[in-house]
Amino acid sequence: MNISANNDLPKILVFSTEKISDPAVDMAGLLKLHYPPRVYTIPIPCSSAVKPRWILRAFEQGFDGVFIAADGTDCPYGESCTDKTGAIVQRTQEMLKEKGIDAAKLRMAAICSVCSEAFVKQMKTFTEYLVKQKTN
Amino acid sequence: MKSKIGVYICHCGGNISDYVDVNKVREAVKDIEGVEISVDTMFACADSSQKQISDDISKKQLDGLVVASCSPKLHYPTFSAVAERGGLNKYNYVHANIREQVSWAHSDDKIGATEKAIKIVKAAIVRVKESVSLKPIEVKAQKSIAVLGAGVAGMRAAKELADLGIQVYLIEREHFVGGRISQLDYLCGADETGKELVTHLYEKIHEHTNVTLFTGAEVIKKSGSIGNFKIQVKITPRFIKNECNRDELLKAIEVCPVEVDDDFNFNITKRKAIYRNYDSEYPQKPTIDNKNCTRCGECEKVCSSIDFSQKEEILDLTVGSILAATGFDPYQPKEGEFGWGIGNVVTLPQFRRIINMCDDKLIYKGKEIKDIAYIYCVGSRQVDGDNKYCSRYCCTATLYTSILTHKKYKDIHSFHFNRGIRTYGKQEVIYDEASRLGDIFLQSYEYDPPEVTKLNGKTNVKIEDILTSGSEIDVDADLVVLVTGMEPRNDCSIGDVLKIPKGRDRFYNEIHMKLRPVETVIDGVTIAGACQGPKNIMESMNSALSAAAKSYSIVNKGELSLEPIIAKVDKETCVWCGKCAEACPFDAISMIKENGKDIAEINLSVCKGCGMCLPVCESNSIDMDGFTDLEIESMISVLAGS
Repeated sequence: MNISANNDLPKILVFSTEKISDPAVDMAGLLKLHYPPRVYTIPIPCSSAVKPRWILRAFEQGFDGVFIAADGTDCPYGESCTDKTGAIVQRTQEMLKEKGIDAAKLRMAAICSVCSEAFVKQMKTFTEYLVKQKTN
Repeated sequence: MKSKIGVYICHCGGNISDYVDVNKVREAVKDIEGVEISVDTMFACADSSQKQISDDISKKQLDGLVVASCSPKLHYPTFSAVAERGGLNKYNYVHANIREQVSWAHSDDKIGATEKAIKIVKAAIVRVKESVSLKPIEVKAQKSIAVLGAGVAGMRAAKELADLGIQVYLIEREHFVGGRISQLDYLCGADETGKELVTHLYEKIHEHTNVTLFTGAEVIKKSGSIGNFKIQVKITPRFIKNECNRDELLKAIEVCPVEVDDDFNFNITKRKAIYRNYDSEYPQKPTIDNKNCTRCGECEKVCSSIDFSQKEEILDLTVGSILAATGFDPYQPKEGEFGWGIGNVVTLPQFRRIINMCDDKLIYKGKEIKDIAYIYCVGSRQVDGDNKYCSRYCCTATLYTSILTHKKYKDIHSFHFNRGIRTYGKQEVIYDEASRLGDIFLQSYEYDPPEVTKLNGKTNVKIEDILTSGSEIDVDADLVVLVTGMEPRNDCSIGDVLKIPKGRDRFYNEIHMKLRPVETVIDGVTIAGACQGPKNIMESMNSALSAAAKSYSIVNKGELSLEPIIAKVDKETCVWCGKCAEACPFDAISMIKENGKDIAEINLSVCKGCGMCLPVCESNSIDMDGFTDLEIESMISVLAGS
């Protein structure tokens, strides 16, 4: 199937991190591990730096899902990163609920610098979930 | 806003253009407002293309640059330099990754890949439009370096830095130098003992005028930043006068009535409260163990060099860089782990001390040892525990120890219960030699380790040996040696003071294991030796020299240029709630009063640009250049567009 011919496929915005998860996204390409092309990545220094307003903006502008490819315990800036990113996700999910948006459309998972397969799997399952939501 | 932007789209030979219609991408962006020139090029990184881009920047007076090519990890520095050669501020250059994240990732979908590439390049264009010119932050750098830990890695680094003309403060927490290596009486592949190696290094640093050694000293506070760290060092007293009488001191050790477990010998012997670990130990003065000394006064009666009036001192130092080489702890088995606690089970470090103490016969607890069972990977490569890593040194150290027992004592039989021998590189000859001496190797999988039980005064080790198709084999051993691995220091308070992040293995973490292997995210703080992860002596020396070179490169010019991508506060809207300061892992944010109002202030040379302060600010008063709301939200809008 040429999935790009189907413009109804969901659009996913990924916040990756420059030192940890973005190298994994790069390596997925290097290994030709394919995932849907309507996945767009914005690299930032650390997953704990994602502002909730950026996520809300993404949904307002037409993204169907937002995925934070978090540093997890590999974060070069400190051990508190996982908790901080988790808190951002939780806070933003509350905001999404208030706006009547399914909170599960915001996802987060730790993606280490060599977790290419995990990233691709996340993108495929997230796309499947969003497709189901669209068709329901 | 930038209005004369150059856009260069790379074919990367065919790596990009085989899957992405590069012409279509160029056509899609050429008429965007602000785009002065859009060009596709076979190899953007080729010298001729780089020259073309820099010429275009200067001739056409471009104020923004986008290069769409491979991953920025590969060529961001290349095109930043191109921008600067053309006269453009490098922060007005944006890199678009259309190879790893487009053409290769979607090589199964050329139309989808092309559509994605167009959006990514458009997003880069809106980002560069909003970019601002930045200048590196210039700071002065002190030409002095603190080396923490006077083990072999720390001493080697100190000597190297001193030779380069740097003032070195070598700070050792113990009262003697040498660290773990001074506990080794033989070294694999070397003709000298660990003690001789320590002596050799000590003599080099002792004679060097550029090295100041502090023993019994530890860093308790750090402030400032790269180039200009202020550190506070606590020096605990030795209670021995500088000018001392050696014979009287030996007498004082003799008369001391206090006996405690000797941790130098891994608690298999006792020592006095006034002690030295071995005769040739440096500095050549004993010390008094303040924790265990009862102040009975017996030593003072026979020795005029004792001075209990000595007090703890606090010293303030200023250094340009800090090199941490604080070492490791050997793994301590848990009760019952492979028979630990049942009598004739010791660890490899203990066994090596026992060998040092036994001359003609190998005796442990009054009994001669003939049959020795070594159990490998204790505390390393754990299935259930936290230590998933291999400790690297232990296979070689064990086999070398076994060879020594054969050479030193008669009729030794060695049985190696292993999970695959890892005597990598040149150390493979040690494995070969042990095999030729008749050592027996038995191997198990990680989920089916050997069992240790005590039977009739002997300790029995049983294994399902995969080298003999799973045969059940058991050995009655006189002594079981647990080959324990390395662990991070139990007391890692120095890491907390310096704020060095730890990895999943709990050792200190470098920025990148291959590209930046001795740097930490704390600018100006480098790491070396086994505090970073298990290493043998050679590997520790390599990392020590690498860290010394990196620390030297920081301070040698006397000034530094720092990356200006850091947080900035909007003074108008900030109402100081303190949440940003709480979120900052580097203490880079503090409150100041300005025009009668409390606001947050960022310490420019301490901020690392992680951005953790951004999302916690309820008044949205913190931004970061390169990641401003305007830049990120413009990109989001473009990427979301149909």
